Order: sequence, then structure tokens, then C-alpha cells
Amino acid sequence: MTFVRVLVGTKKGAFIITSDAKRQKWSVNGPLFAGWEIYHMKGSPVDPDRIYASQSSGWFGQIIQRSNDGGRTWEQPGTPAGAPTTTPEGMPMGESNKFVYDTSPKTGKPLTTHMWYDGTQHPWEFKRVWHIEPSLDDPDTAYAGVEDAAIFRTTDGAKTWHELPGLRGHESGPNWQPGAGGMGLHTILLDPKNKGRMYVAISAAGTFRSDDGGKSWKPINRGLKSDFMPDPTAEVGHCVHRIAFHPSRPATLFMQKHWDIMRSDDAGESWREVSGNLPSDFGFPIDVHAHEPETIYVVPILSDSLHYPPDGKLRVYRSRAGGNEWEPLTKGLPQQDCYVNVLREAMAVDTLDPCGVYFGTTGGQVYGSADGGDTWSPIVRDLPAVLSVEVQVLK
Amino acid sequence: MIRVVLPFHLRTLARLDGEAVLRVAGSVTLRSALDALEAAYPMLRGTIRDHTTFQRRPFIRFFAAGRDFSNEPMDVPLPASVAAGVEPLLIVGAIAGG
Repeated sequence: MTFVRVLVGTKKGAFIITSDAKRQKWSVNGPLFAGWEIYHMKGSPVDPDRIYASQSSGWFGQIIQRSNDGGRTWEQPGTPAGAPTTTPEGMPMGESNKFVYDTSPKTGKPLTTHMWYDGTQHPWEFKRVWHIEPSLDDPDTAYAGVEDAAIFRTTDGAKTWHELPGLRGHESGPNWQPGAGGMGLHTILLDPKNKGRMYVAISAAGTFRSDDGGKSWKPINRGLKSDFMPDPTAEVGHCVHRIAFHPSRPATLFMQKHWDIMRSDDAGESWREVSGNLPSDFGFPIDVHAHEPETIYVVPILSDSLHYPPDGKLRVYRSRAGGNEWEPLTKGLPQQDCYVNVLREAMAVDTLDPCGVYFGTTGGQVYGSADGGDTWSPIVRDLPAVLSVEVQVLK
Repeated sequence: MIRVVLPFHLRTLARLDGEAVLRVAGSVTLRSALDALEAAYPMLRGTIRDHTTFQRRPFIRFFAAGRDFSNEPMDVPLPASVAAGVEPLLIVGAIAGG
């Protein structure tokens, strides 16, 4: 029997919400990792019961959790029960939460500083994992986007993580600087058609592409304009909130920038604005319909000073033309006195037909639509503030 | 054997119901106590002190026999009552956030 599993990360734990393919009745399991911030949870495309979770705390730092049974049980990889707890040298073996920036001259220029708020150089300091992107073909391989911005990879199921230093070592690295929310690498897209091609987005450095599996990177921000920068069209410094593509057309990218919805049809070499008739082109998430590569979704937010929807109305906007022409989707969503935000990681689509669309709010609701956005209803209410939403379809 | 009291979230992480009871070889200091704790509960590595610098995380505090050891050198011996297991070493998450 086909069923749908929605993975929700919140400020105070994780929730797994399931339904059959009709997507009308939902059952909520959680909180998992109660009291911890769950920035992201995502399952492996090749083994959907293999799920990785980023669990963090201002007190205790970063933890990586892994499930091999669809979220029923969890472990910190590297520390199985009953296994030796130390190496022959006597050192503890649990290293799944160890993210140490590469400093090896062998793997690239050991960059140690980036731009700080006051214009001085500041050392890179690991804070947390924002995003985990499991590999498209190996359940033991996954990528982690972290703050301060860098990309790490595991090839042993998250027991150990190693930086791909070519990104941070790009010559523009000393010019990257944090936005108000820190300097996080929050988006990782793996191109299913071009092995080795991947995209990342960093606030507030911009978007980067690798064509060699993450070894080397180039900024791909031509066409972006950010008025808060001294040079609004500089190569780096843009506050990109999210990028998305349809797996069948991975060279067509859609972007929710701090302000502006942007589109590229050449793998990021150039971008053009497609904000069109949106009531505001500020926002965080953007996603693409599972079966219609030109149908995209955003949630307009009034401004960077006022992180809530225009007019107190929670509206998803859908474009069926790949941008420029947008329609509000309101049926089932609160249309008065609504002042929640929707964060960048908090929107996902399922692969059923009709396509399901899901998003979570800082007010703790997760809304779902089983008809491509025409109608919405909460699949759960009153959770802690939602940080991330992912969805899996299982048969 | 020494006794270590962990904050709620670290007890959960370590799947511990109560105190950690640990054997420490040699002199009982913060360093040797944390080494023993992390060896017995490797999932705690990095949650109390940094993986590589071994610096205490900012919102963690260490108390022993009524004294604050948070800013003491890691190799200062802990009180005899803690070394003998009469009193626990308290690892505390600081009250922070308002």
C-alpha cells in the first residue's frame, strides 16, 4: 500500500506524520529528540527508510542521528550498542557529530577567515548543520551544509564527516559574510542527469556550482542584484534564500532570493527576475511541482523587516509559467490575522498524482495540499515553530 | 569510581537514567573525568567540550563539592570527595536565554 511520510523538523523536536495515498487523514508521531532544534531531516532516495537528522542545541552543539527503519528507531552513527567505545589508542570512537574544517594544505588552500560584520576578517567557526542531502545512489553517502558555510560529506553512513574544502577555499571565500541569520550553507541540489554536478546556496554569499563532485566550485550569481551590497551585482555577497529545480530539467533553476524570484535556464550561468505580479517578492522557500517542471510555488512575505505575510493573509503563490505570472492559492489557508513566517527549508512536494505540496510555519502548523495547491488543510497544528519539511512516498 | 550528574538532554542522548558512574585511572581531574565519560559514552563527545580544542562549550558549567570549576585549568585535581565518589561532579547547562 502506498503511503506518505512527512518529516518535520521544529525548534523543539522532530515529528513524523503519515497518511495513506489519499492524504486526508494524518497520524502524528513525536516529538523525537524532544527539546532539540531539528534543522533538517531527509531520507535516502535509494533507501527511504534510511533517514538522517540534524539535531542541535545552543548548549550542547551538533548531533547527527540516523534511522535505518523509517524513523522508528534512531542512533548516532559510530556508537552502536555493545561495540567497542574506544580506538586501540584509547580515543572515543563516536564521531558522527564531529565537523572539523579542513586545514590540510594537500586538499587546497587552508582558508581560515571570512568577512565579519564590521569588515574585518573572522575565523570560520562551526555552529550547526542546516541541511543534509543524501546521495542519489548510495544510502551511506550524504552531504551536509553547515554554518559557518561549508559543505561536508560522509561516505560511511554519517559515522565520520569530511569537508569538501574546494568550496570554502574558493578565492571569493574571504569576501563571504554572514547575514542576520548567520552564514549558513542551507541548500544542496544534486543533479540527477549530470553525475558530479551539484549546486549549493549560502546566505549571504550566493549560489555556487560544482561540475566535479564537489572538488572545485564557481560562483553562479550573474544577473542577481542586491541593493544592500556596495556593488549590487558583485560576484558574491547575495543573500540567496533557496534554490530548486525539477529533476527532469536540472539546468533550469528557480531561486527565492532575499528579495526577488529568479530563474536560470543555463545551470546558473545567468539569472533573470521572474517576480512578476507577486504582492511581495521577499520570502524564503521555493519549490517545483513534481510533474510540471514549469509550475513553481513561493510564499510571499511582506519584507525583511516584517517577517509575516502581506495583509495578514497566508497565501501560497503558484506560477504555471515558470514565473512572472502568479496566482494566489488561499483555499483552506487563514486569510485574516495571520502573521506566521515560512522558513526556507519548510516546503516540499510529493511525487503522487496529483502532486502534494506541504509547508510548515513558525506558528507550528503544517499545511498540506493533495491537489497541487488548489486546496489546503493543516495536517497538524500547534507544533513548535517549524524549521523544515520533507516528504517521502513509500510503496 | 566517580559519579557524574549530566543535564537532562545529555542524559537522554547517553540513554542514562541517573548518574554516570565511571572508573578514572590516576588523578581525578576535569580532564580525566571527561575522558572517562566520553570513553564510556562516546555519543557525548563534542557536546561538553570541543572535539579538537577540548575547550568547554560556552553554556556548560562544572561544579564539584560546592565549587565552580568551570574556569579552572583542566588538570586541577577535583576535590577528594568527588574523587572518592562521595559527591558527584555536576555538569550543568547554564541558565541562558531569558
